[in-house]
Amino acid sequence: MEINQYLTMFIDESKEHLQALNENLLKLEKNPEDLSIVQDIFRSAHTLKGMSATMGFSDLSSLTHEMENVLDRVRNGQLAMSSAIFDLLFKGLDSLENMVQDIIDGGTGQMDVSGTVAELQAAANGEGSPRASAENRDRNAADLALDQYQHSVLQQSLDTGHFVHGITVTLREDCVMKAARAYMVFDTLERHGEIAKSSPSVQEIEQEQFDRVFSLYYITKEPGDKIADLIRSISEIERVDLETIDKKALDALVSRQSAAKAASGREAGPLQPSGAKADASAAGKRQQAALGRTIRVDLDRLDDLMNLFSELLIDRVRLEELAGEIRNAALSETVEHMARVSSDLQNIVLKLRMVPVETVFNRFPRMVRDLAKSMNKKLELIITGADTELDRTVIDEIGDPLVHLLRNSVDHGIESPEERIKTGKSETGTIHLRAYHSGNHVFIEIQDDGRGIDRGKVLDKALKNGLVSPDKAETLTDEEVFQFLFASGISTAEQVSDISGRGVGLDVVKNKIESLGGRVQVVSAPGTGTTFSVQLPMTLSIIGAMLIRVGAEKYAVPLSSIVETAILRKDNIRNVHGQTMMDFRSGLIPLLDLGEVLECPREEAAAAREECEVVIVHKGDKQVAVTVDELLGQQEIVLKPLGKYLSGLFAISGATILGDGQVALILDTNALIK
Amino acid sequence: MGEELKVIVFNLGSEQYGVEVDKVKTIERMMPMTRVPKTPKFVKGVINLRGVVVPVIDLRGRFGLKETEYTNDTRIIIVNAENLEVGLIVDAASDVIDLDADGIVDPPEVVGGVKAKYLRGVAKLADDRLLVMLNLSEVLNRSEIVQLEQIYE
Repeated sequence: MEINQYLTMFIDESKEHLQALNENLLKLEKNPEDLSIVQDIFRSAHTLKGMSATMGFSDLSSLTHEMENVLDRVRNGQLAMSSAIFDLLFKGLDSLENMVQDIIDGGTGQMDVSGTVAELQAAANGEGSPRASAENRDRNAADLALDQYQHSVLQQSLDTGHFVHGITVTLREDCVMKAARAYMVFDTLERHGEIAKSSPSVQEIEQEQFDRVFSLYYITKEPGDKIADLIRSISEIERVDLETIDKKALDALVSRQSAAKAASGREAGPLQPSGAKADASAAGKRQQAALGRTIRVDLDRLDDLMNLFSELLIDRVRLEELAGEIRNAALSETVEHMARVSSDLQNIVLKLRMVPVETVFNRFPRMVRDLAKSMNKKLELIITGADTELDRTVIDEIGDPLVHLLRNSVDHGIESPEERIKTGKSETGTIHLRAYHSGNHVFIEIQDDGRGIDRGKVLDKALKNGLVSPDKAETLTDEEVFQFLFASGISTAEQVSDISGRGVGLDVVKNKIESLGGRVQVVSAPGTGTTFSVQLPMTLSIIGAMLIRVGAEKYAVPLSSIVETAILRKDNIRNVHGQTMMDFRSGLIPLLDLGEVLECPREEAAAAREECEVVIVHKGDKQVAVTVDELLGQQEIVLKPLGKYLSGLFAISGATILGDGQVALILDTNALIK
Repeated sequence: MGEELKVIVFNLGSEQYGVEVDKVKTIERMMPMTRVPKTPKFVKGVINLRGVVVPVIDLRGRFGLKETEYTNDTRIIIVNAENLEVGLIVDAASDVIDLDADGIVDPPEVVGGVKAKYLRGVAKLADDRLLVMLNLSEVLNRSEIVQLEQIYE
């Protein structure tokens, strides 16, 4: 279909524009005076409007149009950016994203945007925000348009002495199974009365096609307080707004609705188009495969491909060795060619599974902004290393734990602006989100410059929960104490807030990360901040490694953790505070005897000789020199797990099978660096 | 008659032991092993079992018996229990026999220096020999390894 071709382009481009809008709006919020950013935003919005109008997505273009109007007035200096306007624009942006997502899912991109449009119009006309929020409330009511029949049912119920409540339930933002929660609400209500009308419709709620809010009219004999309490007793409910409707209110409601309907010029009630949308998206999903230049491949198939390829690689190494022994020119040539082809193949196979962490990090600036706003905190999120690549399976799983940790930093770490000024810090807190490669691992760090963790408080809680005995508590290092944060039931927040503090969360984070084969560490100094460091395996099945020999044993060191190799002469060894150091370039770096660390049986330590070879490895910007007996050369190795029986080993991350069939262990040099 | 059990019989010191056939994957001759640092002494290392890396433990060492030199008869029995694949080094693997499950009685406190908790029971064979059945899940119990590691540290 011709239109499909354009649709793909439209989706790709509108996604880009939305991302640009999001980023630029965040930028503008930091420098509200910078009109050049407004220009950029204006341009993105304008293009988006044109594109969606061409494609016939009228709701999308009308909303963009209103956003554009507001921006236009800002650009011309007729309107000053205020936080209310920012909120409004972000809200508009969210709607745009939802619509585009709907189009991607095969829907028609229709959505009732009249409320947001009206607010934007009000803002463009320079009206204040209080009215906007009032309209917002009205919109919820308007969503619940009643038809004639429902109206008469409600009226009859009132006549027979029942109560009619208008209820709006807001689920918590982190609620995982929205449909299930909503169902629980419905179930509870139905035990005490009857639901006359709900928005979105029951079907849509069942299919989780709603945001976090749903509204309903409810007929019952119970008073409002009792009903509200019943709903609140269900977990993961953020807010319940209940309004008892008497006869007068009902009449007022109906007349207001008909007025609103006339004003917006829509024939159908707002509920209807969304119902139609559900049908359309179901039909559209089948077409989805035709969109895009990519195909979806089952991860299992990629795993199979990887396994087969690793078998091939072992054989290749064996062949290379044999060819070396036989010294037949034709054979060597063929093997060489095969080696080249297979290394190209390897690159492709590996890349198939890698995704930049950017795909996860993308949504964080916005999330942190909203969080900070809701808690009246000022902070800046600085992201580095977003292009660091991770295996797809890890990427899919790591989002939630990171959200938890970030929320934690915003809520517990960063202080309120007043508190920060009092302690002599800048008013705006900073959270660094970093990702980088080290060895076979990817590290993701979340560092805040907040109040730090109070060791005493954590210990108190740990003692109270019986996690540690009082006599042992004194001897624990800070690192060990902070690990208690990840035990369930521990929270040092004195007040439970919406965001965190219920003592669930960090234990879930730890479990998740460990199930991915990773680790979390906490470093914190009172008053200066906290760093959560998440170490994740790249789960690369094939890596480049340097083979080394210590005594009679061979080990593989991942190339990615090696800085360089060097020759160490005896007179370059220094002793500083009982730590052996090595002169390296213009500085000193710690020197480790690998044989000693690994307790290798051997005749003499490498460093005891006049000269020996060292491998300089790094973790982040820390370096350590490791002595070895011999460097055997570089090789592509296939990662093999050591089996569950030997999990949790020190400084060993796995094994590989060498060309001669022997097993060599892979060093996790990160464990050697403190 | 109770349930019929097929059992692999192997020797350790002066005793004969048995493990159920369905828990045994293969029996291998001794082969080169790669030592794994910082593990308990009875963990002898890992082997390459046709492309799969498998840890191997010396059963004598595991039971706290005196370890001996490996001979031509020494075998590695690759067992699969509790979702763990582990090789057990034994003095010799001698036989496969059928056993009546009802004929297995509770083991005495110690058999040939091996504590009762590692044993499932003792069966009397037709020719009056005694066969000690291993409790593999205890033998491969990982929490005990962790404790042992702490002692070694």
